[in-house]
Amino acid sequence: MSDGSPHGPLYRDTPLILSVSGVDKAFDGFKAVRDLNFYLEEGELRTVIGPNGAGKSTFMDILTGRTRPDRGTVTLHERDGHDIDLRKLREFRINRLGIARKFQTPSVYVTHTVYNNLLLSLNRPRSVWSALFYRESPEDRERIHAVLATIGLSGREAELAGALSHGQKQWLEIGMLLVQEPRILLVDEPAAGMSDEETVKTGELLLSLEGKHSVIVIEHDMEFIRQIARKVTVLHQGSVLKEGSFDFVKNQPDVIEVYLGRQGAREREEAAS
Amino acid sequence: MKSSPLPREGLVFTAVALALFAIPALNAWGPESGPLAISGFQVSVWGKYLTFAVCAMSLNLIWGYTGLLCLCQNLFFALGGYMLGMYLMLMIGERGAYGSPLPDFMVFLGYRDLPLHWEPFYHFWFASAAVLWVPGLVALIFGFLAFRSRVRGVYFSILTQALTYAFALLFFRNSTTFGGNNGFTDFKEILGFDINALATTRGLYIASAILLLLTYLLSSYLLRSKFGMVQQAIRDSENRVLFSGYSTTTFKLTIFVVSAMIAGAAGALYVPQAGIINPKEMQPAESLEVVVWVAVGGRGTKWGPVIGAIVVNLLKSYTTQAFPEYWLIILGVLFVSVVLFFPEGIAGLYQRLRDRLRARKTPLARPAGA
Repeated sequence: MSDGSPHGPLYRDTPLILSVSGVDKAFDGFKAVRDLNFYLEEGELRTVIGPNGAGKSTFMDILTGRTRPDRGTVTLHERDGHDIDLRKLREFRINRLGIARKFQTPSVYVTHTVYNNLLLSLNRPRSVWSALFYRESPEDRERIHAVLATIGLSGREAELAGALSHGQKQWLEIGMLLVQEPRILLVDEPAAGMSDEETVKTGELLLSLEGKHSVIVIEHDMEFIRQIARKVTVLHQGSVLKEGSFDFVKNQPDVIEVYLGRQGAREREEAAS
Repeated sequence: MKSSPLPREGLVFTAVALALFAIPALNAWGPESGPLAISGFQVSVWGKYLTFAVCAMSLNLIWGYTGLLCLCQNLFFALGGYMLGMYLMLMIGERGAYGSPLPDFMVFLGYRDLPLHWEPFYHFWFASAAVLWVPGLVALIFGFLAFRSRVRGVYFSILTQALTYAFALLFFRNSTTFGGNNGFTDFKEILGFDINALATTRGLYIASAILLLLTYLLSSYLLRSKFGMVQQAIRDSENRVLFSGYSTTTFKLTIFVVSAMIAGAAGALYVPQAGIINPKEMQPAESLEVVVWVAVGGRGTKWGPVIGAIVVNLLKSYTTQAFPEYWLIILGVLFVSVVLFFPEGIAGLYQRLRDRLRARKTPLARPAGA
């Protein structure tokens, strides 16, 4: 997959927003990610699946500046044609470029109100100085209320985030990403621990983002993937095993072997009979 | 957003301010005897308690809101004290035991000339500035290293404790030029006023009270601002803050330095009222006492640390006279029971009682109105 010259003008004039090429990352000799190549288009909704230890979390960490790759490039393509090397930037700087990340376990500010959770996430200047003298503007308020409506928490803005249900916390965190108006949203297992109804709602929410933002969803729940999947990337042992539509991917023998396992095989038999 | 808490808060603030200033007023113009008589000794004792309260407030700023348990608040307090102490030592002049312009301990150790870094401390303004920037600089350097390397939680606490211990060892040495284990004492005057005069005692008390009120105002401004909200967000989920585009390192460093400077100012007012400063103030055990004040009063509440510092110190002064050998045990029991039984401290207890009373009142009020 890696042809040795992954950067340069090769990907200019393409609709790409993010290129990851030839990335290696080892921890104490264990290769968590090896020769990973991943390209994301502007406005795309991509689902990344893979068994435990496939390198999904490391992949997210590399994209958000939490860990540095040993080898390879990670590039954000700006709309004006500029490329930004993400490998040397710190987390908060990468975030300011418009890459927002949702953690697997809901990470909201439990002692703040729902409203203030969103207020703190706005993509306003975020230095100590500007935080000291910040005054809420009508536009800020409007934007927060718009996001509250999107995540279905209108009317609950005065409640403490700690008092929300698990599913609502997950939505609030997605809302906290949305008020940042990010270019890319990284969403790690959004449906984990949700009821069926909440899962469907979450899927609808993610689908509604398609086109407006580029979204990468990491997920385990097959039903959920079936609901939201457009293009699916299967990771295995730190590199891309297969990439394509959900139906294509789930019928690949090697994918079935490493990931879908018996569940996928059974489905295939059912489909055949 | 709560319905304007400001008028009530202002009322409490005014009440506290009046209570604080009543003590020197009663001393100056009050009766000579009876329950309202306040002696000069009591004024200086309460003045010291107020500086402890400010130290507790400074710890609350970083521990109560940002969630960083700093175990070297006493170090910043002592450093502030030492900085003003240098000025006070130089103001003794030739009234020392050896009649030399040098501080007594220097004569005793055989110094001929004043060390160069002591020279600027003849100026009160320089010493007062050092009271703030020296603790601030220590916090800045230490905090930068710790926060940059992502030292968090209990590891941060342990490192701060090691820091204060290291400073204590350093200051115990005679060659550090700060008087070794005897530290500084026998002060004579401050800004030309006799340090033992009753009016000076009142003046120092009033300065401490003003510092306390200013610290309160500063903390409540910070907490109401987005800056303060970010600090509390760091306590809840630091990663979320970091991945929302905030440099958590810078935010933590700022509050750490501010809190160190406040503690330094409190220490500077403590020293002339206590009449002594020595490296024992920097020992790790002292830092735990500050933690107990805050925990007992109510961590993360605005007045809790003030209440805690005063209550624990009243208890300490009673206990160390009545049964001195049990003080540390009582302190330990107090801390453990606060953590186990009322984690929000006295302030939280008050809140709970009020809520319960209100809950009881409401159903009673309804039939009366119907």
